[in-house]
Amino acid sequence: MMVEEVIRYQYSNRRVPGRIHVSGFASVSVLAMIVRMATLSKVMRSAQRKLGMFCAKVFAGLFVFLVLLTGCVGCFSSQKEDSDKVVINYWEKWSGFEGRAMREVVDDFNDSQDRIFVNFLKVSKIDRKLMLATAGGNPPDVAGLFSWILPVYVENGALLPLDKYAREAGIRSDDYIDIFWQMCRHRGHLWALPTTPASNALHWNKKLFREAGLDPERPPRTIAELERFNEQLLRRSPVGKIEIMGHLPQEPGWWVHQWGRWFGGSLWDGEETVTAYSPENLAAFQWIASYPRRFGVEDLLAFRDGFGNFASPQNAFFQGRVAMVLQGPWMYNFIQNYAPEDFEWGVAPFPGSGMESGASVTIAESDVLVIPKGAAHPREAFEFIRYVNRREVMEKLCLAHRKFSPFKEVTPGFVKKHPNPYIEVFIELAKSPGAKSPPNMATWAEYRDDLIAAANRVSLLEGTAEEVLREVQERQQKALDRKSKRWKRVEKQRMKEWDEL
Amino acid sequence: MTAMEGKRLRIGLLFIGPWIFGFLLLSVYPVVASLYFSLCDYSVLSRPVFIGWQNYGDLVFDELFWKSLYNTIVYASLLIPLGFLVSFALALMLNFDLRGKGVFRAVIFLPSLVPMVCLAVIWRWMLNGEFGLVNTLISPLATFLNAWIGTDFQPPSWLQEAVYAKLGLVLASLWCVGNAVVIYLAGLQDVPRHLYEAAEIDGANFWHKTRHITIPVVSPVIYFNSIMALIGAFQVFAVPYVMMRGGNGPDGIGGPDRSLLFISTYIYQNAFDYWNMGYACAIGLILFLVILGLTLLATKISANRVYYAGS
Repeated sequence: MMVEEVIRYQYSNRRVPGRIHVSGFASVSVLAMIVRMATLSKVMRSAQRKLGMFCAKVFAGLFVFLVLLTGCVGCFSSQKEDSDKVVINYWEKWSGFEGRAMREVVDDFNDSQDRIFVNFLKVSKIDRKLMLATAGGNPPDVAGLFSWILPVYVENGALLPLDKYAREAGIRSDDYIDIFWQMCRHRGHLWALPTTPASNALHWNKKLFREAGLDPERPPRTIAELERFNEQLLRRSPVGKIEIMGHLPQEPGWWVHQWGRWFGGSLWDGEETVTAYSPENLAAFQWIASYPRRFGVEDLLAFRDGFGNFASPQNAFFQGRVAMVLQGPWMYNFIQNYAPEDFEWGVAPFPGSGMESGASVTIAESDVLVIPKGAAHPREAFEFIRYVNRREVMEKLCLAHRKFSPFKEVTPGFVKKHPNPYIEVFIELAKSPGAKSPPNMATWAEYRDDLIAAANRVSLLEGTAEEVLREVQERQQKALDRKSKRWKRVEKQRMKEWDEL
Repeated sequence: MTAMEGKRLRIGLLFIGPWIFGFLLLSVYPVVASLYFSLCDYSVLSRPVFIGWQNYGDLVFDELFWKSLYNTIVYASLLIPLGFLVSFALALMLNFDLRGKGVFRAVIFLPSLVPMVCLAVIWRWMLNGEFGLVNTLISPLATFLNAWIGTDFQPPSWLQEAVYAKLGLVLASLWCVGNAVVIYLAGLQDVPRHLYEAAEIDGANFWHKTRHITIPVVSPVIYFNSIMALIGAFQVFAVPYVMMRGGNGPDGIGGPDRSLLFISTYIYQNAFDYWNMGYACAIGLILFLVILGLTLLATKISANRVYYAGS
């Protein structure tokens, strides 16, 4: 194809079928370069410097290639669609079987209508890449994020509010399990709709219970009972090395920063005060610190060193080295793939302060779909999100992910069809008044890291629960104050923008 | 300027143009921009708001910043001298006229070709307290010492104990001395043989020759490698980041008791995890000043100790 033809197509703002598309700027730059190169070639021929000319050509070729490559960056993302369809780019963090399940949903959507084509792209570390893409003015139309990251995106004006679209589409809060709906809201607006949610619960190894003389069908119901079981399940080698433990707060340690929830604690007051240094959180950290005191720091470190990767047969739970762990509904899938065939397990609410009153504690989280600010086709993007939030589509996705639906009502047979025999435990936990979500705060990432480091310090006996939590309290209150100040600077403007949208 | 000179100038500029363009865009602009952003409250997605010296003021009272700076200095203080000793000793050995020295040189350089991420993953397992190769190797020594002097030393959980984590990282970093060895080797091969011959006539042994001939002659190479090692050590990021599983492990990104929280890691956390780009820029500039200061100090200290044959 001739250069003029490419440029004509560029200025008519249409794509050239079967060609790599360059932006207008890049095309003009390329043309300018070609003209310059031609002029240069004449000069060099006249100077009869063959070697120099050869180098210049190689160099110019490389330069043109780089310019073309730069110009094409934004163009590789849209491809194979029919020319009259609106293409929306969808970034999702899932890979493996979860990614395949979502791709099926995307394919179903693409086949279900002829106006929109969803271009599905798996993206690792999506939270950071979306931030940079949005800052660069080239975000995808839809992105799959974690619910806990929404506040920081919202307060930085990086997302589009979905209230209007949701209203028009007849999406109602009553249809969703309350905690999942609430985690999609921040500062009075709706920013996301859930995809696959999860809650967590105690998973226990029945065989180890039996071997320790415990009733394999009866999990612990209080923290005190958990510790009594722990002592009973503990097994050491003749030289004193720990071989089996009942429970270890840091295995796998995914919610080590939120153990205070099971002691009745919270991490902030919902407004402007951090509550890390509360009696409940102190009790949780003292509980973590009790492990190295009872079992020995060196012994615990050596024991933990023997664990393999989570997604492997060397997982401490599958190996029968730790009898009780806190995990989510996805654990079923890992058990199927990595645990021995005769692995016997059960699931129950993790023992905690509200258990007797029927408000079993769980940490509920969800994957969510958002529309970044600057998305080229927000309306079409929402159509896709709406499609995913149809009950039957959602159930198909959640079944494939081995999770449960974020809807209050599920189709008859959903639970029966679900491969995880304990899925109802997770559903009930999510609906329980004791269900908690990570704090809806813009500083959650640093707060979480700080709590993880604090838990690590007490587990090494490098500090007491009081010391580490006082430090976290002080540091995180400062961080929250700083973010609140930042928010107050833009609050009016943002609220106005969002209300108008 | 003649027509030919003008033509040559244009051609010269054409050749150097892309470099100047890249330098301005990718080096000068980021430095100037980060200087400005360090004076702002900036989260990447929001408009930067000028707040004067507040970020720098906050840094003074930020104990994590001081902890990360301390960790970085300790790590550099361990790695730079150890790296020098190991790489220089290896270069001296490889400089002997041995059979198959080409193979030895290749073997020592080979680990430098391993990408940082692979290095970190491999060393995470090498340093595992239960099954790691390092502990397997030192276990007999520990047993022998315990029996001999009656101690109770056990091979440590390298990456889980604050005391040993940095040592483990230094050990892993020493694996990559190949680059420095090659540069030292090039320097050693440039030492005039007649100096050794003269020293031998005077009865000098290997140590005398090394101390009074080799080291002075290759001192510019030692100086260069030391500055490079200093910069590299202060910018350490990838290996500890991957060793700590990017913060996804139970010990967090900083490792046990934050002993692996380095200044580059803290910059990264603030910029991309916590959305405090302005603050991260301020830390970045402090890091720049620290490296600059230490480089100038090293230059000043070495001014009378580095021997340039041509000067």
